[in-house]
Amino acid sequence: MAEKVLMKGNEALAEAAIRAGCKHFFGYPITPQTEVAAYMSKRMPKIGGTYLQAESEVAAINMVYGASAAGVRVMTSSSSPGVSLKSEGISYMIGADLPALIINVQRGGPGLGGIQPSQADYWMATKATGHGDGHVIVFAPSTVQEMADLVALAFDLGDKYRTPVMVLADGLLGQMMEPVDLPEPIKSEDLPAKPWAIDGHKGKRDHNTINSLFLVAQELEDSIVSRWKRYEQIKAEEQMSESYMTDDADIVLVAYGAASRIARSAVNKAREEGLKVGLFRPITLWPFPSDALEATVDKAKSYLVTEFSMGQMVDDVRLIVNGRKPVSFFAHTGGVVQTPDEVLEALRRVATGETFNMVPYQSKLSGEAR
Amino acid sequence: MSDTTTTAAVAEKPKKEKSPILFGRTGSLTKAITNYCPGCSHGIAQRLVAEVIDEFEVEGETVGVCPVGCSVSAYNFYSCDMAQAAHGRAPAVATGIKRAKSDNIVFTYQGDGDLASIGMAETVHAATRGENITVIFINNAIYGMTGGQMAPTSLPGQVTQTSPYGRDTDAAGFPIRVCELLSTLDGVALAQRVTVDSPKNVRAAKRAIKKAFQYQIDGRGFTIIEILATCPTNWGLTPADSFTWLQENMIPYYPLGVYKDTGAAEKE
Repeated sequence: MAEKVLMKGNEALAEAAIRAGCKHFFGYPITPQTEVAAYMSKRMPKIGGTYLQAESEVAAINMVYGASAAGVRVMTSSSSPGVSLKSEGISYMIGADLPALIINVQRGGPGLGGIQPSQADYWMATKATGHGDGHVIVFAPSTVQEMADLVALAFDLGDKYRTPVMVLADGLLGQMMEPVDLPEPIKSEDLPAKPWAIDGHKGKRDHNTINSLFLVAQELEDSIVSRWKRYEQIKAEEQMSESYMTDDADIVLVAYGAASRIARSAVNKAREEGLKVGLFRPITLWPFPSDALEATVDKAKSYLVTEFSMGQMVDDVRLIVNGRKPVSFFAHTGGVVQTPDEVLEALRRVATGETFNMVPYQSKLSGEAR
Repeated sequence: MSDTTTTAAVAEKPKKEKSPILFGRTGSLTKAITNYCPGCSHGIAQRLVAEVIDEFEVEGETVGVCPVGCSVSAYNFYSCDMAQAAHGRAPAVATGIKRAKSDNIVFTYQGDGDLASIGMAETVHAATRGENITVIFINNAIYGMTGGQMAPTSLPGQVTQTSPYGRDTDAAGFPIRVCELLSTLDGVALAQRVTVDSPKNVRAAKRAIKKAFQYQIDGRGFTIIEILATCPTNWGLTPADSFTWLQENMIPYYPLGVYKDTGAAEKE
């Protein structure tokens, strides 16, 4: 039976990874993901695993590359500026078809930014994780329970599609404590075989090569096309989202991660006032759950997107809604987070037929509703 | 080719029967034709590593890592498992491979721009961790693949594409002596500089590589063999003149020798 324990989000992530068969962790210290590394440094030596504090994020992701190439489940965790440094390695892993779990407990940016929760890395996670044509699967948990559950799924999908997978959390989720049912540990014999791994051919097979270099142009295009065919399969089979009170909703509020918790409170308050509002919460950010959002377009009169950024996920919502219904936006950039009452006020305005793009500097709401 | 044929061909490869043939294709090299220029030292260096793999009969337990530069092609030439790595990151990639499967022998094959410039952090930290891997370091004092730019090991006054008036140490600083630098680190088991300019030195280079592999098998820690090498194309010299240039210019700045050897230290 699964056991219910009270855990920080970051610790739940780490324990879930170990239970998913991950015995190798390579990282570099950065706030606000520190608990992941601290937990791993305590646990890994006890289970015969590897915890290694690398000299940099760059080195850490390349150690992940090596361990993944050798065929084991492996992970790293970091926060926004550190993920920028990992982007080179992530691109190489995409190009070499290497699975691994990469955690980004987001903080504010650009630059050194701040250490408060933020969702400013949506674009980096979903559109440009590194140079070149490629994607990683991106999960966005909104509870500590989901932090644990999505980690196990991330390892499974990474191995299934031979791709890096990112869990995009934020400082709020990482630091908060909630009760969590930890998943049952996977048995090592149940881990998928990796006949492509470079673990020494022992004279029993032809030699394997892990590589992202194709100097013959046609071979490069072939390798990319074959990867994008897998992306099509991922888009068809792996979209995940949650719809809350959207069935009869006139206004669909769209939010993910920690921002969706605030949005849910706003939806509940709006319902108390008789406003027909529902919440659409993407759980996979790539692939974006476009099918489920598309299903709301006929019925909804309008959309409101709220994020901890100047407006990044809103791009994807607008691409799907594609001008058929108005899409409004309201946000703070993280650290400074919107209150449920501010989101409620924005919903009231949408209900009157207003369409707006309110980021903090032009918000008339902040003063009134805070 | 059917799968059965492939397996059979692989199984036959490690045979080391006595035969009247004194020199043939090295077993742990593939049949690929190298893309190296005439007079380039990569061919000799790579063959020496392959001969050592064959002599230990560990092709099936060896994993090589080749990062960016002319060294990258090596993944085509070795018949052990191979990983290509990002520029400078081979020691980190090798660390991951070794930590995942510590019974395997892991070596990197890196050039000077890769190891001593963009990858210096990865090199120094793998060394100071005593990471149980072997680094084969090709120092030819120039960036080869990109067409002859100044390297961290280019000599003072050396003319390259990006030091057209000769390396000016006031502006560009001084070359890095990698073995000397790494020999100060406690994690290093063996740091030795060799070259391949003569049959005698080729044999010495092979002995050094073999010792490095032996130290890794024994779990002694980080081993690095620096091979002074030629790049006739980018030096603008003939293959023969390149070796003369190496002898007259590189060896005085980068003296051959053993800079650290924990095994020899124990014997003393």
